Amino acid sequence: MVDINFQNGTVTARLSGEIDHHIAPQLRGQIDARCESLRPARLVLDFGRVGFMDSSGIGLVMGRYRMISLLGGRLEVVNIPENLRKIFVLSGLEKLGVMK
Amino acid sequence: MKTVNSMKLSFLSKSVNESFARAAVAAFLLPLDPTVAELADVKTAVSEAVTNAIVHAYPEGYGTVYIEASLTDTGKAIIKIRDKGVGIPDIERAMEPLYTTSSDERAGLGFAVMQSFTDRVRVRSTVGKGTTVTLEKNILRASYGQKRAD
Repeated sequence: MVDINFQNGTVTARLSGEIDHHIAPQLRGQIDARCESLRPARLVLDFGRVGFMDSSGIGLVMGRYRMISLLGGRLEVVNIPENLRKIFVLSGLEKLGVMK
Repeated sequence: MKTVNSMKLSFLSKSVNESFARAAVAAFLLPLDPTVAELADVKTAVSEAVTNAIVHAYPEGYGTVYIEASLTDTGKAIIKIRDKGVGIPDIERAMEPLYTTSSDERAGLGFAVMQSFTDRVRVRSTVGKGTTVTLEKNILRASYGQKRAD
């Protein structure tokens, strides 16, 4: 699930539940639709309420990084739970400088 | 090394079944008294293997994905994820990090995650016949849960 808010030029997508290959396309569709209409300067993906994620979640972050960069904005990934840190580190996403 | 418990399940290669598959395997492992981290590792690795089967094995439609899991008296969980799909022509290449044949925003990290989150990954595949991925995970506190596993 995702709860999306827009304030002060920032779209914040609060993700929750489980992210896998079945769920990720639904999240992608909702986040991209809001970003394409609002053209925010910043997209924040908040993982604080995500209980499980496989590499589909990494694909979701990488894809949103590309999408928001094309729109001229920047991405921030926040509140990564301890149990998801392992897969984020493995992905090398730290090198993009988006993980806060 | 003796098998003390085993299970089999099969399901249609629909993405909605990914959560069912990893939850079922995780529930099967509970008698070994795994830590939260060990359980999360297994769920993640199973999710990757099942997703690979769902995405790649049956390009013409849906087929069946089979899971066989067993627990040993040494506290090892052995999980086989099998399909009877198209197979993998070049396993070495498929296992390279960031390699993907899918256009659906896949990160190409499936096998890298399986290798990182379990103790051993084996892949056997025959083009036109299917693929079997075998995951092994040692559950370190398993001796505490052994009686329940028996």
